Amino acid sequence: MSKVWDWGYAWEAFPLLAEASIITVKATLMGFVVALTVGLLFAIGRMAGPMWLRWTVGGVVEFIRSTPLLIQIFFLYYVMPEFGLTMSAMVTGVIALGLHYGAYCSEVYRAGLANVPKGQWEASIALNLSTWSTFKNVILPQAIPPVVPALGNYLVALFKETPLLSVIAVLELMQTAKILGSETFRYVEPITLVGAFFLVFSLVSAALIRRLERHLNASPGRRI
Amino acid sequence: MNEHAPDNETNTVIAEPPLVHFEKVTKCYGPLTVLDQLDLAVAAHEKVAIIGPSGSGKTTVLRMLMTLETIDSGLISIDGEPLTHMPQGDKLVRANAAHLKRMRGHIGMVFQHFNLFPHMTALKNCMEAPQTVLGMSKGEAHARASDLLAQVGLADKLDHYPSQLSGGQQQRVAIARALAMRPKVMLFDEVTSALDPELCGEVLAVIRSLGQEHQLTMLMVTHQMGFAREFADRVCFFHAGRIEEQGPARALFENPQNERTQQFLRAVMDAV
Repeated sequence: MSKVWDWGYAWEAFPLLAEASIITVKATLMGFVVALTVGLLFAIGRMAGPMWLRWTVGGVVEFIRSTPLLIQIFFLYYVMPEFGLTMSAMVTGVIALGLHYGAYCSEVYRAGLANVPKGQWEASIALNLSTWSTFKNVILPQAIPPVVPALGNYLVALFKETPLLSVIAVLELMQTAKILGSETFRYVEPITLVGAFFLVFSLVSAALIRRLERHLNASPGRRI
Repeated sequence: MNEHAPDNETNTVIAEPPLVHFEKVTKCYGPLTVLDQLDLAVAAHEKVAIIGPSGSGKTTVLRMLMTLETIDSGLISIDGEPLTHMPQGDKLVRANAAHLKRMRGHIGMVFQHFNLFPHMTALKNCMEAPQTVLGMSKGEAHARASDLLAQVGLADKLDHYPSQLSGGQQQRVAIARALAMRPKVMLFDEVTSALDPELCGEVLAVIRSLGQEHQLTMLMVTHQMGFAREFADRVCFFHAGRIEEQGPARALFENPQNERTQQFLRAVMDAV
């Protein structure tokens, strides 16, 4: 009977997995940028847009949050080409992750925006600031710092969902580990390494977010 | 409207057209009428104090002037030009956003709770609107802001954030911030109500000196009867959305004609 853990094979698999981890990190960071942007647009549209936009965005957000990410990935990759929209697996994955987590981030932004006192909006009107200047210079700098930890949690959550992209053959960590396993019939080492990688990345991200949070809290301009 | 209608019609005779003019302005929140056919004319450079019990519509007057509230009927004009409406052909229609923005440029407001931007220093609070709204260069805005902050006695606090300032200092920054836009009309909404009594003096001293130095028209909602009496050219006593009595400050405080005014002043004096 072969041994359960083979260090030699683990060292062999490591460089391939390290390479794949770059794809995973790329998909995570690009997906998160999309999520942050889409989430902010959703939140502003829902709070400050005309009534038809509020309803539409509200419906879209609820729809995205109420359906599984896996189905959204399949839909974007296999159904959208029927409507003439064909994207690479990586682009599809980034958009799916971005939209899905954008819907969640929009709720976080909404909480941050709602937390800015009404007087700040009124002072902006009294000073004749445009809506754009009010959002950019007055409201968002106050709304976002308090929700950084919540947004950071979604970064880690999004990262942990990237293995789902293996279903559309993005060569990220999980897909690479599966390929290695199917070639050698040894899954213990690659899958364990993938787990270790996710653990390290999540812990590092959480520490960075805590540090950012401490930095933001230390600013004298932070509302107490 | 009631049996206590003012018997001394001391409405100041204004030779020039009023700078601020409310004509039959009504404002309701659901079934509650907050302002009831209000007529009020304020001359240029006049200082008007608005007093009255809670819920009498005092603050609503200022908020409507600042376009923070809409009106249900009537007309408000600034310097002869409608504020809440705009001409379209030969009739007046509801003002659009561009018209409101232009008209707002004439008005500055200081709030009860200061409403300073907490993430900006005192200086940046005063530079933000001149730069983004008036298109001033950073240098010009800096010069104007630091000059105004010096005028309100905060030359040494330019780089302080609101959280590093006392309530009185924050309110003085708010006054400088509003003045930085060079308004014709300044609105003060209970500017000392959120302050500890020992801090009121410094804010009132600033307003007093502004009244002397700047040729501003001022409308001030206040509970500081002593200050209203000494500072205002005219005092308006509001009750249930109407001006029950108005007149020169000394006359109104020393010899109120209206029974409600008498009751209110008695209650306020007793509380002191």
